[in-house]
Amino acid sequence: MSTREGMEIAFAAAEAAALCRPEVIAAYPITPNTHIPEHLSDIVADGRLDAEFICVESEHSALSACCGASATGARVFTATSSQGLLFMGEVMPIVSAMRLPVVMALGNRAVSAPINIWNDHSDIMSQRDTGWISLFAANGQEVIDMIIQAFKIAEHPHVMLPVNVNLDGFQLTHVVEPMLFPDQDEVDRFLPPYTPFATLHPDKVVSMGTLGMPDIFNEAMQAKDAAVIGSLPVIEAVWQEWERHFGRAYEPVYAYRTEDAEVLLVTMGSLSETAEAAIDALRDRRVPAGLLKLRLWRPFPREAFTAAAKGARVLAVMDRAVSFGGVAGPVGAEVRACFYPGPAHPLIVNKIIGLGGRDVTVENFIAIVEEARATTVQPEGYQLYGVRGLS
Amino acid sequence: MKVVNFELYAPKLVDKGEYFCAGHRACQGCGEALAIRLMCKALGPDTVIVNATGCMEVVSSLYPTTAWNLPWIHVAFPNAASVGSGVEAGLKALRRKGKIPDRDVKTVAIGGDGATVDIGFQALSGAMERGHNLLYVCFDNEAYMNTGIQRSGATPFGASTTTAPAGKVSPGKQVWKKNVPEIMVAHRVPYVATASHSHPLDLITKVKKARALQGPAYIHCLSVCPTGWRIPPHACIKVARLAVETGIFPLYEVEEGKYRLTVDSAPLRPVEDYLSIQGRFRHLTPAHTAAIQHRVTQEYHTLLEKIHHLRAWAEVTEP
Repeated sequence: MSTREGMEIAFAAAEAAALCRPEVIAAYPITPNTHIPEHLSDIVADGRLDAEFICVESEHSALSACCGASATGARVFTATSSQGLLFMGEVMPIVSAMRLPVVMALGNRAVSAPINIWNDHSDIMSQRDTGWISLFAANGQEVIDMIIQAFKIAEHPHVMLPVNVNLDGFQLTHVVEPMLFPDQDEVDRFLPPYTPFATLHPDKVVSMGTLGMPDIFNEAMQAKDAAVIGSLPVIEAVWQEWERHFGRAYEPVYAYRTEDAEVLLVTMGSLSETAEAAIDALRDRRVPAGLLKLRLWRPFPREAFTAAAKGARVLAVMDRAVSFGGVAGPVGAEVRACFYPGPAHPLIVNKIIGLGGRDVTVENFIAIVEEARATTVQPEGYQLYGVRGLS
Repeated sequence: MKVVNFELYAPKLVDKGEYFCAGHRACQGCGEALAIRLMCKALGPDTVIVNATGCMEVVSSLYPTTAWNLPWIHVAFPNAASVGSGVEAGLKALRRKGKIPDRDVKTVAIGGDGATVDIGFQALSGAMERGHNLLYVCFDNEAYMNTGIQRSGATPFGASTTTAPAGKVSPGKQVWKKNVPEIMVAHRVPYVATASHSHPLDLITKVKKARALQGPAYIHCLSVCPTGWRIPPHACIKVARLAVETGIFPLYEVEEGKYRLTVDSAPLRPVEDYLSIQGRFRHLTPAHTAAIQHRVTQEYHTLLEKIHHLRAWAEVTEP
């Protein structure tokens, strides 16, 4: 039986991680993820979880320690945000290439400068191409569920990749919500102990992280790419299993009131909840608008996305990061590329919103949908939405 | 019982196993490869090696080959100590939970001087402060040799490197070598030592001591690089020995804060004997050599003072 409880989502993330019985946790404090490792260290200090908690001296060392611990065959968890993720940046692609199933909760926060502790997605987007699986949670329940799912996905023998679970800083990390917490028995049934393929132990000597010359590097990258692409059916299977165990359905692209929609908003993370409210208001006014919520960012669920977007005339794609000087925001570019080989191209409006914690309101989404409805030709590039001082 | 001819018999007691095997691609006369081979013999099979990026990682792990007969991992340049922290924590947790056999497997992180005294310094300090059961061994060849002999924090005064070259107005490196063993002593770790591949039994004894204790330990091993030091490969051992005999690289250990000279080189030979046979010091003037001699003498006496002072202190305080 699950238990319903009101809790700050960062604490809930820690509780969810603890339910997965990690053996090593290494983390370094950075706002806004800090309450996750704080609460986990409480859980360890109270003896509710038998784990080694390493209070490292930097995020670089946090992920490095996770890497070493995971290589011994331990189940490993970490959490960070923003600059912390960037400091981990050197180790990020190594963890995935070494096929170490580390799970990370990422309290998304803007990247400096100016220094800003509030939410956007520029941290994860800077690490997009490191070979990690990226899940985006829209609310506290999804945070709990996705952290538990993440271990199952990461440790699947056909996957063996690290997973980051993205939860928006403050908008999620510091919000108190009522959530369903699965029981330990239920989680144990869903998530068996990790069975590693190879470990660092003298009983079976292996060398890990060896030097790859040009004659092998291409092949190594192909293997890593195949693993990331190949994780998609596993992720979907894990989500189906989750639904059987816990009754909550997950899919890579969640479609909300998309029937006969002329305009579809496309969002990731906590914006999705606000967007749902906007869609409800628009539908009340008989505006044919719907929402596509991306839960899976890497691997990108191209088929599911194009299928879900079928029939819409305009897609209004929201980004929370800027690809400076690029053709679109990261999500905008992905969505455009998604449709390129196909015969039918919806118009794609790309807005960059909610940077560095700027509030995004229901009214903002309504205005964006109205603007999208009035769009008849494909607009150039992208627009930073709500910039003050611009006419 | 007094052991007669210890030097004659002791080598026979050294582990015959080879854990860092032949076939690696190190240069001729590489002191570091020799030092690592000796270190591994002292550690024995129940060891996990964490290797920072550098010469040894490159020469020993060219896929699909490996020179390592011990479980070995390389992750990146600055993080051997933090990866080692994770390995140690992982082994500890898994052993406690009965998921791996219940025996003592030592985690040993190794790195060159760049990986230790420069880019990996923070990770090293953190790992030592946290008290992991981790031995860190720095193999100090006094420059970034893997990338082509660039100056590091461990490069000695006056050495010519590719980024601090001797020129018309510069004698090479113009500042002194960073003393990392002393910084490790300041971390109050249970065991700190210096070692050299010119003194293999001393090196092995120190590694065994560090292996035996449950806690953090640091060994700083001078590792002669004939390529970077501009000496012939056959001079590797001779030059390392001269570093000890001139007092430039004294061999000592610090157990629970107590200093002990493990190789007494008195009377010290002049530094000139060491400097003059290396190409990297070829450009030094007599004034430079005199400055180095002054510094070496001063530092050596500081070390001796610590040894005597702390010995005297121990005599006063211990019954």
